[in-house]
Amino acid sequence: MSDTHGHSHPHPPHPNQPDIEDAPLTHYQILELAVAELLIEKGIFSGDDMRRTLEMIDARSPADGAKVVARAWVDPEFKARLLEDTNAAAAELGIDAGTIPITTVENTPSVHNAIVCTLCSCYPRLLLGLPPDWYKSRAYRSRLVREPRAVLAEFGTVLPDDIEVRVHDSTAELRYLVLPMRPAATENMDEAALAKLVTRDCMIGVTVPAPPPD
Amino acid sequence: MGGLDAGPVTRTEHDYAPWEKRVDAILRLLSSPKRGILQVDELRRGIEDLGPGAYDELSYYERWISAISNLLIEKGVLTVDELGRRMAEVEARHEAERASGGAA
Amino acid sequence: MSAPRFPVGAAVRIRRAYPPGHVRAPFYLRGCAGAVSHIVGDMANPEEFAYGRCDGPPLTVYRVRIRQPDIWPDYAGPAQDTLVVDVYENWLEPAEQEAT
Repeated sequence: MSDTHGHSHPHPPHPNQPDIEDAPLTHYQILELAVAELLIEKGIFSGDDMRRTLEMIDARSPADGAKVVARAWVDPEFKARLLEDTNAAAAELGIDAGTIPITTVENTPSVHNAIVCTLCSCYPRLLLGLPPDWYKSRAYRSRLVREPRAVLAEFGTVLPDDIEVRVHDSTAELRYLVLPMRPAATENMDEAALAKLVTRDCMIGVTVPAPPPD
Repeated sequence: MGGLDAGPVTRTEHDYAPWEKRVDAILRLLSSPKRGILQVDELRRGIEDLGPGAYDELSYYERWISAISNLLIEKGVLTVDELGRRMAEVEARHEAERASGGAA
Repeated sequence: MSAPRFPVGAAVRIRRAYPPGHVRAPFYLRGCAGAVSHIVGDMANPEEFAYGRCDGPPLTVYRVRIRQPDIWPDYAGPAQDTLVVDVYENWLEPAEQEAT
């Protein structure tokens, strides 16, 4: 590979990317690569820091949140600790939920919770991984606060008129996790099986966990 | 953005492209308490400063990398000149790789 | 560190002001009244942090619960639906005692 300057720049780690290797880079992809290279050269962070952060991003998924929910379903004292301090409770399960405080809000027979960040797209990434596109969309962010039941219905979730739908707009340095209600007919399931019922969408609050298949 | 008119929520999702995850990584590294180069609030303000058209014209991570680079320039971490030169080099390097049939 | 101005249960209103800059009180809630449901604690002032000014005193953040019909006069759902928002103390004022 030719290098016009006669000395090599450390390239930021990048996995094989067949999609962009075959196509011209966009302005923003070029910008990203240039910014990353310069910051590494200036010692702001290292290539290893970048590699480790990328691994961490890839390692986080809704399975982490699901573990926390399943434990709360089987262990009432854990659930109490979860509602008191979510980051500390996650740490008990070996999940590093970071320093930004996460608050767990509990669904009950009289209250259904749903989460949005109308101002930007705050999301409990360290418990749920990266957010889905729709969570960041104009449609979700403008409509969930205005007509939550209509938005939930688009996700297939219809709630009775006698319960309270409570929308949380996370406008400060807090992130929110919904603790869904444990579905019926799950008394004989172990924690791992319960965790499989807990989807990302029910921890955002747009759906509820489905009961187990018969 | 709360309460504005908008159509139905489109539920298709895309897998994050590697360059997008790298923008996310750069953001986390720069705003980590240990480094404190950028505050998250500065980044949010930087996105707001991109103006109303940015939401429609740029994707989520295009907005973030724009805000990050504007802030780094504002703070003197990078100069416009060096960023521009490196961008030209990155583009040239990529084109050379494409011309030679891709990386081995 | 100063004590929080509002206790849990206090009737509060989000101020109707429209400064430029990086403001975390959403437009759609300016002028709306509700009740403090939790006192979250002190957090850095995002309005100053947004410009790299990190030395100022922290602000108390409250979670305020507001009835949806009090935000949207034509709210289509049941009257008991609510919205909970995290508000910095500088954006809250006491709500008048009103029978609405």
